[in-house]
Amino acid sequence: MNGRQLDRHPGEFVYKKRNAFLNRDTWGRFYKNKSALLGLCIFSVFIFCLIFADVIVPYGKALEQNLRIRMQPPSAAHWFGTDIYGRDIFARIVHATRYSLFMGIVSVAAGIIIGSAIAALAGYRGGRTDGIIVWLMDTILCIPFMLLALAMVASLGSGLRNLLLALVVASIPIYVRVIRSSILTVVESDFVEAARCCGTPDRFIILKHILPNAIGTIIVQATTSVGTMITWAAALSYIGMGIQPPIPEWGSMLAEGKAYMMKSPHLVIFPGMAIVLCVLSLNLMGDGLRDALDPRLKD
Amino acid sequence: MFRYCFRRVLIMIPTMFFVIFIVLGLMNLTPGSPALMILGQDATPEMVEQLNRELGYDQPFFMRYITYVSSLFSGDMGRSYRTKRPVFTEIESRLPTTVKLSVSVIILVVLIAIPIGTFSAVRQYSTFDTVGTMTALFFACIPAFWLGLMLILVFSLKLGLLPSFGTDTWAHFILPAFTQAIPQSARSMRLTRTTVLETIRQDYIRTARAKGQGEFKVILNHALKNALMPIITILGVDFGFILGGTIVVERVFSINGIGLLILDAIQVKDIPLVTGCAIIFAGLYMLVLLMVDVLYAFIDPRVKARYQRKASMGGML
Amino acid sequence: MTNPLLAINDLKVVYTTAGSVVRAVNGIRLEVMQGETLGIVGETGAGKTTTALAVLQLLPSRTGKVVGGHIIYKGEDLLKKSEQEMRRIRGAKISMIFQDPMTALNPVTTIGDQILESLRIHNGGKQQERRLQERVDELLQLVGIVPSRKRDYPHQFSGGMKQRAVIAIALACDPELVIADEPTTALDVTIQAQVLAMISELKEKLGTSMILITHDLGIVAQTCDKVAIMYAGEIVEQGTVRDIFLSPRHHPYTEGLFGSIPDMDVEVGRLTPIEGLMPDPVNLPRGCKFHPRCRHAMDICRTVIPEARQWGTHSIACHLMREEGV
Repeated sequence: MNGRQLDRHPGEFVYKKRNAFLNRDTWGRFYKNKSALLGLCIFSVFIFCLIFADVIVPYGKALEQNLRIRMQPPSAAHWFGTDIYGRDIFARIVHATRYSLFMGIVSVAAGIIIGSAIAALAGYRGGRTDGIIVWLMDTILCIPFMLLALAMVASLGSGLRNLLLALVVASIPIYVRVIRSSILTVVESDFVEAARCCGTPDRFIILKHILPNAIGTIIVQATTSVGTMITWAAALSYIGMGIQPPIPEWGSMLAEGKAYMMKSPHLVIFPGMAIVLCVLSLNLMGDGLRDALDPRLKD
Repeated sequence: MFRYCFRRVLIMIPTMFFVIFIVLGLMNLTPGSPALMILGQDATPEMVEQLNRELGYDQPFFMRYITYVSSLFSGDMGRSYRTKRPVFTEIESRLPTTVKLSVSVIILVVLIAIPIGTFSAVRQYSTFDTVGTMTALFFACIPAFWLGLMLILVFSLKLGLLPSFGTDTWAHFILPAFTQAIPQSARSMRLTRTTVLETIRQDYIRTARAKGQGEFKVILNHALKNALMPIITILGVDFGFILGGTIVVERVFSINGIGLLILDAIQVKDIPLVTGCAIIFAGLYMLVLLMVDVLYAFIDPRVKARYQRKASMGGML
Repeated sequence: MTNPLLAINDLKVVYTTAGSVVRAVNGIRLEVMQGETLGIVGETGAGKTTTALAVLQLLPSRTGKVVGGHIIYKGEDLLKKSEQEMRRIRGAKISMIFQDPMTALNPVTTIGDQILESLRIHNGGKQQERRLQERVDELLQLVGIVPSRKRDYPHQFSGGMKQRAVIAIALACDPELVIADEPTTALDVTIQAQVLAMISELKEKLGTSMILITHDLGIVAQTCDKVAIMYAGEIVEQGTVRDIFLSPRHHPYTEGLFGSIPDMDVEVGRLTPIEGLMPDPVNLPRGCKFHPRCRHAMDICRTVIPEARQWGTHSIACHLMREEGV
């Protein structure tokens, strides 16, 4: 055999389970799903705010205090009313979108990348490595998520960077667990065994067989997790351990408004609705993706 | 069976050691020393150093860890930096409240999610199912602490029906419990629905029907009996999130439980108190996980057989 | 002539999923007499299981639907019965043995309890627990399982034993008709022989009528009195076991089935399967459904569905028979 033929390894020609994620059918199903599309529409509003926040309303307005117009209900001048310092709530919510989305997306991205790496190591190597990693992750998981994140933020100090770090570290064990089980299902399947028998090198198998098949689960998990992380970030900010005022954040806005919510419910309704809509849109998209990837589950 | 439980409890011990290690480690990431915090800025360096020595803070981390763990064995959790009272006492008075709250949440979730989820699955695509699924989807997205605020707004402030803070009567637990129960029920209901849907597709359900069994009994004795196990397992895992959520809910409703205790303690870097509370939280969670595992082994004969074999083999060695 | 125990007339069953309609059973006619064993033979997808499920009305409720025909059991049309009435029949008068013993039993209930359940349903009220337990022991012995094992769970039994348990459940209330859907397909050949022998024995002893669904002609020869050959939701040939195995006349499909069986005495280089595949039930061919695969297909086969032609007990639905006028 000449050198050229050896460039493509026989393992590549082993039958590969159809790459469900990049399939045109999948996207077709997704676009037919009305609720998934609704989720996409709502979420794009938030993405719009993320990118064009400064264009919609200047950042200054979110910080500008004016005690004379404090706690005013929604009006033409202030669409969502003003808060306890007279700041425009609409402006604050729009700019808070940046922080929340940033927090959600980055923490999930980082967590999933690191989690996937660890899960792949555990799932593929198996044996002792797997055992140790599983024990480690299970032990960390014994500490309730909130507690872990809280302890980290308490130690390192509040603020965007530390909050992010706390969320990532606390969520890694969860991702490892989910992704590992998905990987194990693939690793134990026949076509991987067949590939191994052909002598396909490990990295080939991981890159070309295992990851594409596990990626469906990962994407669905990621979408829902962004919503979860946004909620936890808001929760931490609510109790004062996250992003501190005067930086706008949905959670801390709720904390500020709590004392006055009887007279001025708008103080707590709008920030809360923002969280709900954001998480809802993400969940709708996540569900849509799941149904699109595996329509059998629907019936 | 008993041997299985015993072995599981034994495994909890090294896990707990590691948990303590993590918690202590995290608390020590803070720059600065506790003495400085306690004495304030005016303290002289000598006073700070002396207090640190008294508190054992001059030792390297690992030594402090060992000291702490060994004092745990004699039931000593240290003293709060702030109040100077034993940590154990502080926790003791507040633990029942948090436990009552968490247990109420779980009971509510089981009572709400499982029947609704099962009914939705059995009547798939009916109006009940569609409405139920949409409602669940919506409520699953609501953050518990915001729901708490809304509930307070409506039921407490506007309608004056229920109290919004404190824990004097059992009525005080209603709003806090529902605050967490509603979103969790929504999530569990969706899971129940999916699990039951899968279960009723199994062949043995058809066998049961072929015997002429009535639909209600088929669902109860055949479908639910098999479906409940994964549902309860995940509910056990979710208990961790409920415990974590309790911290925030206790703040929202000013409930004097361990959640509030740990929040206040964290803010003043009261390390012994934080560590003590963290251990209790982790311990509670591990206990629930253990109970779920045991329950699983109890009900699913395949799992029971596996663990009985393991236990008996262990006995022989 | 005595009336048949079960008579299926012009039964049509469809499955509707996400827009497409699967025509699983397309007008079949079958009869089972008291004490008789009718074998239904066909490949996977021919509609055999669907027919069985239709009799007991156990079709998946949302997707499966009987759209025509009658199923007359002892003079009454089962398709007109309410769910309540059907439940009294299921397990007690007509019972079913399913194909895969591995999944047909509830994994978290003991074998004894699963048999007991059938007894309790149809012997309602405060029947003496002891009598029912005795009956469970009796049944277990009948199928060759030691009664002390009734407190064991399905996972503790081998495949063959599981199937015996399934048979015990089916026979628990002494039904008049048992529908056995490929009862031995999931088992090893040696176990197959044992289970079949047991089924035959029980049939003799209890005088039960049976519909035996299978794709194995060997089993048919051993255990059946009458045979119906099913293809793409239709019965293409029917008759007594002698008719099917010894008659010179056959539907081309039947010929193909026999032809594809390896002969023990003759050494052949290659086996002769029937060419092509069973048609997609969503898109069935017009006319005779077998014509795309039939060596003798004529023009009329492509457009007109052949009617069954009768020679005594033997009937064949094929235009060839008509042509030859034999």
